[in-house]
Amino acid sequence: MGILDKFKQGLSKTKQLLNTDIRDLFKDEGRLVDEAFLDELFETLVKTDMGVQAAQETVDDIRTGFRARVVRMEDVLQRIKEKLKSLLAQPAAPIDFAESGPTVIMVAGVNGCGKTTSIAKLGQMFISDGKKVVLGAADTFRAAAVEQLTIWADRLQTPIVTGPRGSDPASVAHRTVARALETGADVCIVDTAGRLQTQQGLMQQLTKIHRVLGKQVPDAPHEVLLVLDATTGQNGISQARHFTDAVQCTGIILAKLDGTAKGGVVVAIRQQVGLPVKYIGVGEKAEDLALFEPVSFVDALFEDLGKSL
Amino acid sequence: MFESLSQNLSSAIKSLRGRGRLTEANMREGLGLVRQALLEADVSFSVAKDFMARLTEQAIGERVLKSLDPSEQLVGIVHQELINLMGPVDHSLHLRGDLPVLMLCGLQGSGKTTTCGKLGRLVHGRGRKPMLVAADLQRPAAIDQLQVLGEQLGLPVYVETAATDPVKVCQAAVRAAKASEADLLILDTAGRLHVDRELMDQLSKIDDRMQPDQVYLVVDAMTGQDAVNSAKAFNEALELDGVIMTKLDGDARGGAALSVKAVTGVPIKFVGTGEHLDALEEFHPDRMAGRILGMGDVLSLVEQAQQKFDQEEMAKQQQRLSKGEFTLDDFKKMLGQTKKLGPLNKIMGMIPGMSGLNEMIGQVDAEKDMRRLVGVIDSMTPEERRNPSKVIDQSRRRRIAAGAGVQPHEVNELVKQFDGIADVMKRMSGMGIRDRMKTVQQLGQGGMLNPGARFAKQKKGTGKRLTPTERAQQKKLRKRELRRKKRETRTKGDK
Ligand SMILES: Nc1nc2c(ncn2[C@@H]2O[C@H](COP(=O)(O)OP(=O)(O)OP(=O)(O)O)[C@@H](O)[C@H]2O)c(=O)[nH]1
Ligand SMILES: Nc1nc2c(ncn2[C@@H]2O[C@H](COP(=O)(O)OP(=O)(O)O)[C@@H](O)[C@H]2O)c(=O)[nH]1
Ligand SMILES: [Mg+2]
Ligand SMILES: [Mg+2]
Repeated sequence: MGILDKFKQGLSKTKQLLNTDIRDLFKDEGRLVDEAFLDELFETLVKTDMGVQAAQETVDDIRTGFRARVVRMEDVLQRIKEKLKSLLAQPAAPIDFAESGPTVIMVAGVNGCGKTTSIAKLGQMFISDGKKVVLGAADTFRAAAVEQLTIWADRLQTPIVTGPRGSDPASVAHRTVARALETGADVCIVDTAGRLQTQQGLMQQLTKIHRVLGKQVPDAPHEVLLVLDATTGQNGISQARHFTDAVQCTGIILAKLDGTAKGGVVVAIRQQVGLPVKYIGVGEKAEDLALFEPVSFVDALFEDLGKSL
Repeated sequence: MFESLSQNLSSAIKSLRGRGRLTEANMREGLGLVRQALLEADVSFSVAKDFMARLTEQAIGERVLKSLDPSEQLVGIVHQELINLMGPVDHSLHLRGDLPVLMLCGLQGSGKTTTCGKLGRLVHGRGRKPMLVAADLQRPAAIDQLQVLGEQLGLPVYVETAATDPVKVCQAAVRAAKASEADLLILDTAGRLHVDRELMDQLSKIDDRMQPDQVYLVVDAMTGQDAVNSAKAFNEALELDGVIMTKLDGDARGGAALSVKAVTGVPIKFVGTGEHLDALEEFHPDRMAGRILGMGDVLSLVEQAQQKFDQEEMAKQQQRLSKGEFTLDDFKKMLGQTKKLGPLNKIMGMIPGMSGLNEMIGQVDAEKDMRRLVGVIDSMTPEERRNPSKVIDQSRRRRIAAGAGVQPHEVNELVKQFDGIADVMKRMSGMGIRDRMKTVQQLGQGGMLNPGARFAKQKKGTGKRLTPTERAQQKKLRKRELRRKKRETRTKGDK
């Protein structure tokens, strides 16, 4: 290591003590933080789907922090990532289990976002933790939705409560909790039909299911998970807001993160609605569920950044 | 929610003007708003960037800067450019030969299977005999799902429950179709990620062997920035012939339509507007442009109104209107019809210049206020309803207010508003649809189309309900009124 390198190394440790620009003199590489740089940064941020507002705030923060300096990309990234990581932080144990009796989990979301598959994944996770699980097929609307969850229940070898197509979903939900109580199950997970958050009648129906779930078990449902498709853009904010209004969601499962979509809208959702992400879906199989980790999520948001800047 | 771009722009440019002459620099601020609107509508960043480059060139030209209302001009140009980008339209399915094949593909959960059913229904209605093919062997119960749809539509579905190779299923379906009456195949393929090599290869193979006449990509309207990536990959693998955008019945702005069109170059054929199998509409760039900009979707509103409104009732009202008659009874029916269109805020969002009102409506609970309005009308005698401003004096006002449980001045407000609306209605009776919409727009700007809002701030009165005798009397009068109406329509029918 050359003498200059050693000097630089020592310098970086005391970075915070030094006053801005002197450091930049020693840099053999780096980029000037000018409007062109900030525009490119804005582009990268918007492409994650975090939305104009969050992207603009971030750019403004970098502008104030680094304007007219020559910086290394890592320094800029570090600052952005730190902020996002602390914003997205959540407790290590995402599920709030009931102290006694079954833990009731309700799953909701728009059409085709991945609810039923996510339920299979959650079921698999609980079962492998040694818990007894009951599934409730309260999507009585969509063609073959009951059959779909039944196939999953068979694969997981776990009991399922169903009702005929077109029947009252709240009644299926009620019977699912009853079954969980009867059989001494640890967790019961209730599927619901996909619906758009603007459909008032269907949202009221969801509220009713939520209410029914609380009738037999105090404090139930213990978790209300909103499934969000990672390819979703700014509409995700409206989804989070309206579903939370209707059924007091406790967290998000961000499904389909195995594609190229970044799922950045959860940043805007956290800022504007306060809803945390708890799990991510990374495939179509029952084991394709992972705990949401802000650090790797945020790193993934910016993995292309080095390439473009 | 996203505010109307036109509203934002006009207020921004107005304030810029306040500082003096409108300059190029000021105009650029306005353009910034346009870019923001596009990005908030989920238009891909790169597509928005190209769009803005073209727009800027036009917007800072003399013609716009010097015009009387530059914001209007700007919105006009934006709107037109969007239409150009998303057009031209081609709703044809290009069905040729003995057994044309349509193939649907797309990401997981985008709406392929449902759209398969919708297209089946559409072509069946045009005299075709379609057969649906369950080529999704991936997703649990995918086959059952398509079978249920087939049953609902009374259409044959080709299935092989134990199959593992979708290519073979499709080929067998051709044989089955030829042996039956079917003259058209619609393939429902499994959802897949565009980065899944194996499944994308499988799709190319189906495409290769089947040589479908048309391949459509099914795209969720809620898709964000990733739309360009997936659409590009599907187009490279398959050479798409069209795009179908689903779930437009929600509040997604649908900027992905722009992105997908830009990267694939193929026309957007249809849009899905609901889970039911009749919820498929032809794509119209002008409506989509308005939606992306938050300018409202008037034409869809009109169409929807035509579907949902009671046609007979509309005809009756139309007749009465053309004679210059418009009473509070008609007004009440209008309110009732409006309710059938869905939640009020959804309707408002569809009317240009009214999306700003949404915020307000959200707060005042328009539905409840509408019920109160109806309550007031219900407490009136038929005569009062026919001629409110002439007949209703102070004592009647008090009686009506007590009957409806509101304050007397609220009755007054209603009557005043009604006069305004009645006037417009009468004027509109002779107009074509376009002029009528314009009038509705003017109404909207005056806040008149939200009659409930004026009741918003008042607390609910504690006034008593009607006395039994009053009620009995009203009932009698109402009956008489009904008979009169029946008589009236009968005589009209005879003519
Ligand atoms: N609101 C609304 N829902 C829709 C529309 N089109 C499809 N859906 C719903 O979206 C969900 C997914 O639709 P499917 O047709 O199963 O989608 P798919 O692409 O076949 O899904 P996979 O086969 O799982 O990849 C279902 O709940 C449908 O009812 C639409 O236009 N509007
Ligand atoms: N690639 C991928 N596909 C998923 C994921 N989660 C669900 N899917 C697929 O998305 C489609 C819709 O899922 P489903 O669970 O039926 O959604 P629902 O309509 O919300 O219940 C199905 O084809 C699933 O296999 C995921 O994490 N990754
Ligand atoms: Mg489901
Ligand atoms: Mg399908």
